[in-house]
Order: sequence, then structure tokens, then C-alpha cells
Amino acid sequence: MGMKPTDISAPDYFHKVVDCQWACPAHTPVPEYIRLIAAGRYSDAYMINWKSNVFPGILGRTCDRPCEPACRRDRVEHEPVAICRLKRVAADYKDDIKDRLPKKASTKNGKRIALIGAGPASLTVARDLAPLGYDCVVFDGDTRAGGMMRTQIPKFRLPDSVIDEETNYILDLGVDFRGGTRIDSMKALLADGYDAIVVGSGAPRGRDLDIPGRKEAAANIHIGIDWLSSVSFDHIHSIGKRVIVLGGGNTAMDCCRSARRLGGEDVKVVVRSGFEEMKASPWEKEDAAREGIPIHNFLVPKEFLHKGGKLTGVVFERVKAEYDAKGRRKLVPAGEPDVTFECDDVLVAVGQENAFPWIERDAGIAFDEWGMPKVDKVTFQSTNPKVYFGGDAAFGPKNIIWAVAHGHEVAVSIDKMLHGENIAERPLPAVTVVNQKMGIHEWSYKSEIMPDQRYAVPHRDNATALSSIKAEVELGFDAKLALAEAGRCLNCDVETVFSAPLCIECDACVDICPMDCITFTENGEEGELRERLHAPALNLTQDIYIADGLKTGRIMAKDEDVCLHCGLCAERCPTGAWDMNKYFIEMTHAGPACR
Amino acid sequence: MTYLTKPKFHHPSLPKNALGYTRRDYEAATSTLCAGCGHDSISAAIIEASFELAIEPHRVAKISGIGCSSKTPTYFLGASHGFNSVHGRMPSVLTGANLANRDLIYLGISGDGDSASIGFGQFAHALRRGVNMTYIVENNGVYGLTKGQFSATADRGSKSKKGAVNTDNAIDLVAMALQLGATFVARSFSGDKTQLVPIIKAAIAHRGAAFIDVISPCIAFNNHPGSTKSLDYVRAHNEAVNALDIMIGRDAITVDYEPGKVVEVTQHDGSVLTLRKLNDDYDPSDRLAAMNFLQQEAARGRIVTGLLYVDGEADDLHRHFNTVAMPLNQLNEPELCPGSKALDKINAGLR
Repeated sequence: MGMKPTDISAPDYFHKVVDCQWACPAHTPVPEYIRLIAAGRYSDAYMINWKSNVFPGILGRTCDRPCEPACRRDRVEHEPVAICRLKRVAADYKDDIKDRLPKKASTKNGKRIALIGAGPASLTVARDLAPLGYDCVVFDGDTRAGGMMRTQIPKFRLPDSVIDEETNYILDLGVDFRGGTRIDSMKALLADGYDAIVVGSGAPRGRDLDIPGRKEAAANIHIGIDWLSSVSFDHIHSIGKRVIVLGGGNTAMDCCRSARRLGGEDVKVVVRSGFEEMKASPWEKEDAAREGIPIHNFLVPKEFLHKGGKLTGVVFERVKAEYDAKGRRKLVPAGEPDVTFECDDVLVAVGQENAFPWIERDAGIAFDEWGMPKVDKVTFQSTNPKVYFGGDAAFGPKNIIWAVAHGHEVAVSIDKMLHGENIAERPLPAVTVVNQKMGIHEWSYKSEIMPDQRYAVPHRDNATALSSIKAEVELGFDAKLALAEAGRCLNCDVETVFSAPLCIECDACVDICPMDCITFTENGEEGELRERLHAPALNLTQDIYIADGLKTGRIMAKDEDVCLHCGLCAERCPTGAWDMNKYFIEMTHAGPACR
Repeated sequence: MTYLTKPKFHHPSLPKNALGYTRRDYEAATSTLCAGCGHDSISAAIIEASFELAIEPHRVAKISGIGCSSKTPTYFLGASHGFNSVHGRMPSVLTGANLANRDLIYLGISGDGDSASIGFGQFAHALRRGVNMTYIVENNGVYGLTKGQFSATADRGSKSKKGAVNTDNAIDLVAMALQLGATFVARSFSGDKTQLVPIIKAAIAHRGAAFIDVISPCIAFNNHPGSTKSLDYVRAHNEAVNALDIMIGRDAITVDYEPGKVVEVTQHDGSVLTLRKLNDDYDPSDRLAAMNFLQQEAARGRIVTGLLYVDGEADDLHRHFNTVAMPLNQLNEPELCPGSKALDKINAGLR
């Protein structure tokens, strides 16, 4: 009866305790690189990132950072560690790391891989496969590599130099990059006899808004992502003084901030939903607000007003949110008078979608009723065994870090397939476990818990920032701020490991634990046990670490939820029943280890 | 022992007491005792009891002597008054403080060396005078600070860590306290906070001399197979006579107990001690029976724990002296020097 003892040898158990790494689609070993940053070992920190997420400099500026909401610091102190911006520190301050990158394959293995689109998904596949001897041919309609990272993210957030550096690390591995070559027939490509084809062409079509006046005022209505890429390619240098951006996602934020820099003086964002439910990341909304851009919520565009073929304004209907019994939100008319905003230009950023006009429907690749390819969620294989999808092309628009994660998995699939293996059998991560004790009171990591609040990243002053479309707004942490922010990391990868045979049940760990994580008690069913722990363990997303085999017949139950990994339990333990072990968990990428 | 201070972060759901304090607010400096020391568990129990009683920290005086146990007041109730006195002299310092200011809660923290050897006489007199205090002996049976020689409470026949057999008879401080007239006598075990915390709470609520003998294994020098004060030995030989619930104020008791299984003792301050009997024949209000029972069980090799004796009608030293209600240290010249007319009156009464 009761809960089973925890199997801590299962790689996922302690991986989940490292919340940030578990939440990262590419499972970047976050605490490990943060410690290296604190030690001033920026190049080492960069290489850990580079191996996992391929684009540390790019992601350190643009990542959607799923790691941060997951950060344990958020649960114990309300603000996560600035993981994303620390990643940028590693990229900014590293030395020349070129000699640490994989070498070009000295001998080719004779397999040819075609990759469509030079965005994060394809480039990750090429990064993993090229050093193994695969001939990787990357096609892209643009002449430079990077895909949406290059075309859709404004330069004031992500300078070209960073994209050039990190895409070149990959192209220099002997990848055959055919820029300016748009693939317009899957069948033709299949006929070329590639051993595998990777579709990493993104979600390139911006959604339009079909409301009255759209056609008549077309000259002043622009699709957000197309407009952003025209700005990026220097095709567009100006916009009207009064600009309305429609949409509440990150693309809308990029649009409004770009418009502010190209002559937009009165730029506003208008969103259907409420402020909280907007898809844009909170920090991107903050950045827009800092540049004096108001966001108007609960307004649904109804009509474009125009006069003599020129856009004059947009009419909006006011709505309010109503929730049904299941808690689903519905926007219903608020019954208030419509709102009209005058404007010179409108940017439509209401979502984007996939488009595969170049894949013939009889090419052996099945599509579903929504026009999306049928793709295996684990192997990323389409119904044509040679064709794989990754990034936004696979399951619709997400973000860069997901494309990277897909890319690694696609590379594993291709590597296994071309070695005649079952691609459904996926490799386990590699785990190393190392004791961290250095002396009686000394650990290899900084176990002291710093009380500091999250540090803000310095920004360029508004006046200078707004005067240029290319001047990077965020300046990044300097070494001193980076050290302070890195000190906030709780080292969640240094795990509390318990050995029941050594325990004498003296309660020293229970008494010292600052977070009341540890309880010695009678076993029971999980729901009931969680309630009667020293501090009730009500966060069900976090595991309870159970160990049995104690002399009194009780169990040790440790709630992982808010453990600070301060090591005091191990320090106060007279018998070494508690120990602090570092779990370095690294995903297995393509290569001999995955086979 | 650690050089690090305990982080200030605490569990997000940590409860607050009536004063708005969390349990963590009753903590103090991080212990420098050996890792695993039973004394640290007792400190944690005192912290828990003080939190649950919603004691104002500035109303507590913690007074100790010398020894491992007497170091522990540094590790709990950091915002309270403290006096680390001379070896074995805690009881007289406490008595003096109590006489000067009857308004404070007095915690006397001592050890088996401090109370059963050098301070044995002091121990005896403070108890027989009925000083209103909670006198806690953290009893590990060895001199830990001098590397584990037998103390006066070590059982005859028990072995030291090196294997030497103790040939001296042991002093049973609980038996002594009963005989000396302590009005609240308990024994508990540092490894059982479920039992210890309510006993400390009840002792604090008791007006009179409350004595608690807490067996507290010395992990460094007295936690081996030949010891009778090791974690394993105490767990194996523990004879708990009752389990204590304490109700502060006159709230109705809501828990249903089997008839005949409960003894209730109402103390002067209105607190109700509800004792769930674990031994049907044990009556904690019968001092003579308690003394007998202790001797019998000790002869059988059992360690009797629980609230062993309580006198609900107890009085303290101030009542015996018939002192004024106002603490003596607050009396000023008008009260202390009532003038020549009053003196004349007193003198007249003596003629």
C-alpha cells in the first residue's frame, strides 16, 4: 500500500527537477551554463548552449524562453532567473570558439540530404548531420541563410552580424548552401534521388483580414510578416505618421516597434482580446510600452475607411469576454458604440499559416483536412518515409527553440533510418552523476542562496533607439550584472540524493530544511500523503521523492516543488544519507550514440 | 555544523500564528552543534511550540548553563532574552530573574552534566521552591564537549563508544523531580516531536515548576549499540504512557475519544490538557503511583515517556511569597518607599 519508492535511476526523474531544462524544447542544460557564466567561462557556457540549441546568440535575444516561467526561482521568489539574457552573455563575451566546433567530415558517407528553407529547423539538421559525413544541401529563396530569423525579426532586436556568425558556423561545416534557389516542386526534388528530404520552410503566409474596405484601401494595408521582411531587406524605408497594428502576438509587437522607427509617430496596437490573454510575450509588450505605443484591447476590426483610394481609418466594434460553463472564453458585442481610429497605414499581424503550394498532392505525402502534412510527432517523418518536416512547417507556427528541437529529432531519425534502424526507437539522454562534496562545508557549486531580485537588462535610451531601425535596443548584461544575475540560479541540477540504509532518522534534515520539503512519515496513497507532509505538497506538477527501507518502517518523502538545492540537508546529515549529486543530462543527438 | 546561514526563503504556504509570525520567525542563528545532534531537534520543537502558542518573543527569557545543551538557546527564539550563565547555575539565575520580573516566560535549558552533576543542588532547589519555569534537560548521557565520558545519567552497564562499561548508578532526573515536588513532570525523546511539542506547550502553559527530561542522542559519542541513549535503543524501549493534546483557552474539545481513554487537566491559565491514555492504568495525577511505575518500568529496561505527572492546582514561588502582582523590577520609589508614616505604622505593629 502507498506510494512506490522513486526510481532515481530513470533519467526523467531528476531531469524534471531541473525545471528550466525540462521545459526547454531542446533541453539545454541551463544551470550548468549559468555556473560557467558565473565563473567567467563564457566560451564553455556558449559551447554547452551551441550543442543543445545551436543559436545561442540569436536565442539569447529572441527566444520565447519557456524555461523562465518554469524556473523554480519564480515559485520561491516570484521572478525567474533571466535565463535568456544570460545565454546572450555567453554569446557576447565568448572568445573565438571556431576551433571548438566540429570539423568538416574528412570522408563523406555517400548519403545526400536535401533541406528546404535555411531557417533554424533545417540548419539544425545540417549542423547535426554534416559532421557525420552526410552531404547536406540547403535550399532557400533568399540569398542569405537564417529564414524567418533573418526576415521577420527586426534588426533592432537581432542584428545581422549575430545571424551571420551563427549560420556560418553551420554552413562552414561543409554544408552546400544554395541561396536564391526556391524549390517549387517536391516531385522534381524527389526525382533527384536524395536519401532524405527535410522540409523546414516555415509558416510563410500571413493571415489577411477580409472586412469591408480591404480591397479599396489595399495600398495602405500591409500583411505584417511580409512588411517586416521588406523592411529587413531594405525595400521599405518609411510608413505613414499614423499607424494601426492589428493583432496581439509577437509579430504585432515587432510591427509596431518597427513602424515607430520608420516615421510612425502615432502608432497604436489594437487587439481583439484582453491585455492579459494577448499572445505576445509579456516582455515584448513591455518593450512596446516603453517606446510609447499604446495597446487598445477588446476591439474587433469591422471596416477599413477610405477616401479616394486612400485609407483614412479603421472602425472597431467593442466586445467583452464571456466565459461558458467550461471556462472557455467567447468575445461577444459589448453593445457600446463603435470606435473609429484615424490612420494612414495598417499592419495586419493576426496570425500566420502554413502553405505548401509547391508540394504536389500526389507526391506521396499525405495532408490532413486543414492542409497540414501528416507528420509523426516523435520521428517527424511524413507518410513518405524519405521526407521529414521540422519547425513551423511541421505543426504550424511556434518559435525558434521548437524548430531547433525538431531539427535534432529529424537528424536522429535520418541518421537511424540511413543506418537501417527503427526510427521509432528513440535514444535516451546521456546522464552523468557526480558527487559535489569538496570538504566538510564545501561544495563544488555555490550553495548559498542569494536573496537578490531579478536584474533588469540595460536598454539603449529611447531617443537613440527610435531613430534607427537597426540600433539594437537591448544592450545585454555586462559582466558584473551577469555575475549577479547568475548568482540567483538555484542549481536545480545538483540533486538531493537520499540513501535509506545510511539514515538514522535523527530529523536533522527536517529541522534545517528552509522550505519544509522533507518529511518522515507513514506511507500512504499519493493524494492523501501530499496533504499531510510537513508542508502540504499541493503543486501536483512536481514529484514527491519517496524512499523506503528505513528502520522505523516509515518512508522519507521529499516534495521537490520548492527545494532550494542549498545542500543544508546534506550538510546537517551525520551519516551522509543525503548527498548532493550533479546530474548532467544531455540529449542524445544524431551520431553513433543514437544508434 | 555549517558556515552557511539558513536561507530566508520559506515555503509559500507557511502558516502564520495569531501574531502574524511564521515558525521561521522563531528561529535564530544556525546551529554549530554536530550534525544530527538530538539537541537541534529539541530546539526545533521549542520553536514549533512557541509558534503554535503565538508567544511574543520579547516575553521569553531563555537561561542556560554550560555544555552542548546550554549552547542551544543561541539556535532558537533569536528575538528573546537570553542568559548563558555559569556551569550548573542556570536554576539560581533563573530564580533570580523570575523573582525580579514575574511577567516573563522562563525557559531553563540545561543538560545532564549541567543539572545532574555540577548543578545537581541547584536543580533540586529550583524545583522544590516551585519556580514558575519550563526546565528542559537535554539528556544524552555523555559529556559531549569533552568527547564522550559517561555523565551522571548514563545507565549502569551501558557502554561507551570505545566499549568501557559504566559501573556507576544512574541519576533518574524524572524520579528526582517527582520527589522534589515539581508540579509538571514529563519525559520525552528528541526523535519524537509529535510527543515533544505538545509537552513543551503544556509545560509553558503550566504555572509552577515544570520539568521535562528529553532524551537526546549524542550522534558523535553515544549512538552506538552498547548505549541506552541511542536513537535505536530509545525507539525500541520507549514506553509512552499517554499522548497529549493541549487546548488553550476554554474551547470545547472537539475530538472524540473513547470513554475512559481520556484524562483532562485544567490548569490555572485555563488551558486544558487532554491526555489520550496509551496505558489504561496510568494516572498522571497520582504522584506516588507515577514514582512506583517509573521504578518498575526502569527495572524492566523500559524508558517511560509522556506527561508523567501534573498538578492542576499547582502554585509557584511568587504565590508562596505572596509577592505583589506587579513585577518587582517595575516597582518605583513611591511603592518601595511609602514614607515615614507607613514606617511608623509598621514599627507600631512590631512593638
